[in-house]
Amino acid sequence: MCRSASVARVIAAAAIAAVASLAHADTALRYGFGTPATAVEISGWDIDVRPDGAGLPEGRGSVAEGQAIYDAKCATCHGTFGESTDYMAIAGGVGSLASDAPMRTTGSKLNYATTLFDYIRRAMPFNAPKSLSTNEVYALTAYVLNLNDIVPADAVLDRRALIAVRMPNRDGFTTQHGFMRADGRPDTHATACMTNCTNDVRLLSQIPEYARNSHGDIAEQTARGRTNVATANVEPTAAGGAGMELATRSGCLACHGIDKGIVGPAFTEVARRYRGDATAAAKLVRKVQEGGAGSFGAAAMPPQNASVADIRVIVDWILHRLQ
Amino acid sequence: MTSLPKVRGRIKAAPESTGRRTFIARGAAIAGSLAAASRAHAMDTEPLADPPWTRTLGAPILASPYGVPARYEANVVRRQSPGLTRTAQSSVSFTPLQSLFGIITPSGLHYERHHAGVPDVVPDQHRLLIHGLVRAPRLYTMDDIVRFPSVSRIHFIECGANTGMEWSNVAVPTVQYTHGMLGCSEWTGVPLSVLLDEVGVDRARARFVLAEGADGASLTRTIPLAMALDDVLVVYGQNGEMLRPEQGYPLRLLVPGVQGVSSVKWLRRLEVGDAPWNTREESLHYVDLMPGGIHRQYTWIQEAKSVITSPSGGQLLLDRGYHEIRGLAWSGRGKVRRVDVSTDGGRNWRTAKLQPPILPKALTRFRIDWAWSGAPALLQSRVIDETGYVQPSIRELRAVRGTRSIYHNNAIQTWRVDAAGDVTNVQIG
Repeated sequence: MCRSASVARVIAAAAIAAVASLAHADTALRYGFGTPATAVEISGWDIDVRPDGAGLPEGRGSVAEGQAIYDAKCATCHGTFGESTDYMAIAGGVGSLASDAPMRTTGSKLNYATTLFDYIRRAMPFNAPKSLSTNEVYALTAYVLNLNDIVPADAVLDRRALIAVRMPNRDGFTTQHGFMRADGRPDTHATACMTNCTNDVRLLSQIPEYARNSHGDIAEQTARGRTNVATANVEPTAAGGAGMELATRSGCLACHGIDKGIVGPAFTEVARRYRGDATAAAKLVRKVQEGGAGSFGAAAMPPQNASVADIRVIVDWILHRLQ
Repeated sequence: MTSLPKVRGRIKAAPESTGRRTFIARGAAIAGSLAAASRAHAMDTEPLADPPWTRTLGAPILASPYGVPARYEANVVRRQSPGLTRTAQSSVSFTPLQSLFGIITPSGLHYERHHAGVPDVVPDQHRLLIHGLVRAPRLYTMDDIVRFPSVSRIHFIECGANTGMEWSNVAVPTVQYTHGMLGCSEWTGVPLSVLLDEVGVDRARARFVLAEGADGASLTRTIPLAMALDDVLVVYGQNGEMLRPEQGYPLRLLVPGVQGVSSVKWLRRLEVGDAPWNTREESLHYVDLMPGGIHRQYTWIQEAKSVITSPSGGQLLLDRGYHEIRGLAWSGRGKVRRVDVSTDGGRNWRTAKLQPPILPKALTRFRIDWAWSGAPALLQSRVIDETGYVQPSIRELRAVRGTRSIYHNNAIQTWRVDAAGDVTNVQIG
């Protein structure tokens, strides 16, 4: 809704500007295409935040508020304590980057807390980006920093407090390298020897025989002009159709695999569980709308924004097409 | 080439039956195929027959209004590397380099890397906003963008993490997975310099441009102004048609020679500023961990790199004798000057032929003759770009950068051919 409103606003502004430009063309522009962007319009998309705090909005949020939001919307993927390595872990590993087993986490790797705020605001939660209020983003930022013992449990973050946060890896980055310009100085200096270049060719690494097919049938993948294509083009028909398309578009497959569990159970597992249960469809539609936990393990499913009609199609597909 | 054996070389991913191969089965397959070949010669006493398609009408026009590959090529597809990512929305698919010719990647086979899935952008509702340190902040429709003076250029896009799985050891079996986060297209669009001039960039203060996508991740990357004013394009065309959704439909940035993530897809906003943004994709990701625990940040350039695509991992040489070694070379610093090929693990090298056109920051196809004696061989290619930079070995790279950096692995690739003709991925040093 937010998006369509902003689109409507943009279109309205464009119409007004078009009329305006008829009145007096902007002679400073060589081509003059497009329309002037007003400060109000720009404010809708100009959400970036720099390390110096430029772009941070007014607002505030506490660690405690952040924990409540995190448990409801983030913990299913990132783990209760930000420990899950299914995605890049949020917490832990501070001081480990120089070791033989570096733990790359938000806490151990990030140099500026402003970037954490920027990223949550634009891209999280994964299945509903840009759905959080400014205060919620401050609160979540505070909680993630607290999970890393960077701010205390009673911390409240606002613009000023966030800029003042010093991340453990603040000084862990360098731009002293040759990759910033096409004429940058390389860090290797190989020479193009042509004959008798080495007498010592040793095997350092190869794929173990048992792992040769870890990427599927590589003979099939490298073949040319196959004639035995009877099955090559055919997706399992049960997995296709409108239900599959809606499930894909609605982001269901981010947490549920068709035939293997990810954060939530596999859809085929759900189908098996409810086989023969006449009330299953109604139950599952409600569950998708309202969220729930406990049927397939501890991970909670957050409430979903899809329309009831779409959810019904998806549920029908799971229950009746995937068995 | 002095004495090439009479039998022509053939490469196959044989045996044709699927499933795991054993040495015995493989040996039998080779013996069988050679026997079949010689038998066929002996029995060629019948006139050539007309196969069914020669004796019937074919399909009418518009059987496929948008043409698709022959059904026998159904195995030439993008693939994912199992276990690499946790969701299909924030993931990567790899280009099947082993199956492609020339330098242009078919649009439908160009590798994908998305951070929040592929958005379904409605083109007439899409807008590009340009603002920040400019005289006249401006909002553009797609129609506006297409009206600007346009250019078409051929450039590669390579993910900074291409070959990243192989820093410590061999991890994946074929060139699709070792080097397939790589594509090369003819891109059409507006030079970013034209747009920045139009809005009146404040050259006294401006140093960087932030590019932002319209996907769920609204991915952001910092582009240095010097680069932005040089050869960066705002692109809507790919290989003669509008961009594919997976490649940023309807509008993307194209930063030639720079790691793919900077070529922001579904481009909706360009902000001109005086300092880099340190975005999530240039602090938590796309930074290179060095020994000692320091990360290199803003590692934009893709250094010169090459790989043999045939013969390559997973293939099988069915015959001794002539084989053309084929591969790709490229450099983010400009043109490919030369490619050398070794078949003995780097002891001796010969210079390959380069197929024109040889374009800056584009894939270049190289080829060289090879007569396989049947003895085990170690195939390598080594590119030298127009700056004189020589592609390093994995040993030379590790000596400087260790094995934890994930990004920018441009090491020389080695394919081992064993006595049975089986080609596998190995690292030597």
